Amino acid sequence: MRAIRLCITFAGLLVLWQLIVTATAAPTYILPAPLDVAIAMAERPGLLLQHAWVTFAEILLGLLFGTILGIVSALVIALFRPAKRWLLPVLVISQALPVFALAPLLVLWLGYGMPSKVAMAVLIIYFPVTAAFYDGLRRTEGGWLDLARTMGATRGAMLRHIRIPAALPAFGSGLRVGAAIAPIGAVVGEWVGSSAGLGYLMLHANARMQVDFMFAALALLASFGLALYFTVDFGLRRLTYWQREQSPFDD
Amino acid sequence: MHSPFPDKPQTAPSIVLTGGHLRFAGKEVFHNLHLTLPAAKWSCLLGPSGVGKTSLLRQLAGLRAEDGEMEGTVAAGDGAPLPERIAYMAQQDLLLPWATVLENVLIGRKLRGEPIRPQDRDKAMAILADVDVAREADALPAALSGGMRQRVALARTLFEDRPVILMDEPFSSLDAITRRRLQDLAVRLLAGRTVLLVTHDPMEALRVGDDILLLKGSPARIQAPMSPTGSAPRQEDRDGLWPLYAELLKQLGAAA
Ligand SMILES: Nc1ncnc2c1ncn2[C@@H]1O[C@H](COP(=O)(O)OP(=O)(O)OP(=O)(O)O)[C@@H](O)[C@H]1O
Ligand SMILES: [Mg+2]
Repeated sequence: MRAIRLCITFAGLLVLWQLIVTATAAPTYILPAPLDVAIAMAERPGLLLQHAWVTFAEILLGLLFGTILGIVSALVIALFRPAKRWLLPVLVISQALPVFALAPLLVLWLGYGMPSKVAMAVLIIYFPVTAAFYDGLRRTEGGWLDLARTMGATRGAMLRHIRIPAALPAFGSGLRVGAAIAPIGAVVGEWVGSSAGLGYLMLHANARMQVDFMFAALALLASFGLALYFTVDFGLRRLTYWQREQSPFDD
Repeated sequence: MHSPFPDKPQTAPSIVLTGGHLRFAGKEVFHNLHLTLPAAKWSCLLGPSGVGKTSLLRQLAGLRAEDGEMEGTVAAGDGAPLPERIAYMAQQDLLLPWATVLENVLIGRKLRGEPIRPQDRDKAMAILADVDVAREADALPAALSGGMRQRVALARTLFEDRPVILMDEPFSSLDAITRRRLQDLAVRLLAGRTVLLVTHDPMEALRVGDDILLLKGSPARIQAPMSPTGSAPRQEDRDGLWPLYAELLKQLGAAA
């Protein structure tokens, strides 16, 4: 049912797109029709895929490292009082800095290759994941902890059997946001300086007025972003199986 | 902890609180409070809302008062260490929503880092059968009714097999019929243990309590106005509880 609805929405957007093209009679080099984009995609599939692979890898690695870093930070902040006092301000400052402004620096430090883009994605994901998970760890239902204390629980067991599971739904919201914005980090990184990736390809195509090809790259990026989001969402639902209606798109 | 008779709770001790003192941000809840819970008896604590019943029970359970100062000593009448002999039951069932009913009953062992042995599962299943939720052993708490959840909480308490039970309004969120059934069940299954039941329902106290305690005043003091006779669970008419009920209401009203 859900898949069918998704297909209908997608088809509707394509029709709308075609209608705009027809109504405005826009030339292909301003706004290509869906069919033009499909043709552009079919003409050079190898080139597209070769660059897409780079970007996808950057996004996935960024999401992976950003999530791990976020989980570890949240645990450290939640568990060690001194760490909280010192790390929490750092976390807030890191978010106050516009991450995009750091992109040129990252390219300068880490080079034109993948590491600078992965770092960019990590930076962008880190805050939502850390903040959400930390918040979840902090708000453990007091009654559960009292019960555990009277049962003679060890600190580690309390963390493992109560605090972490209780924080998983909050962690899930953070990770969903992370999955949704991870592509931004990678692509912005590629725009600032790179020699591969969909972002690079888009800049290149744009400069040569190959707007249909640019749209092809964009379509690929959007599809991957969607697939990533729904995969993460699916995984999180399995992880927090006891929860109902947890994603903003549930009805 | 290793009793040679695993089916019987260890001999229940009496509990003595001396010099109980609690204050929150300048507000003195109780001061120099003395309380004795007789061994192997049910004591029921009544009192107006906000007088400090929950706080007192938490102090007995060895739980800290969040942002409050707590003083006083809690000891067992037999002089042996107390904390590992106390089980605590709150108004909320405190079932973990991600764990099945059976896992919830076994949670104490997991939390102490003890392995779950086959005999632990058998014991848990036997207790679940006792409280009549064995069929739901593999269900998640969300699938249970309020009464069933509270029975699982009772099963979890029983599984811990501790001689002292501290309960804070455990049945107050249930409808009258379910509440009565649970009172009867608890009286039967917790016989022989030292129990403190905090309740806001005088009739509940009269049905199950061996001693009725009243906490009232500011700072609060303990009174022991009556000890209903006859064995619990008592019946309103048969055991002549109505006059006592009226008397208790009067004392509670005067306290408020
Ligand atoms: N965390 C807290 N901070 C400040 N004051 C508190 C706190 N917890 C309890 N108190 C105060 O302590 C007093 C006793 O609270 P307690 O919860 O023990 O009352 P109670 O007798 O259990 O009431 P009820 O019947 O409504 O459950 C109350 O006046 C309350 O305002
Ligand atoms: Mg209370």
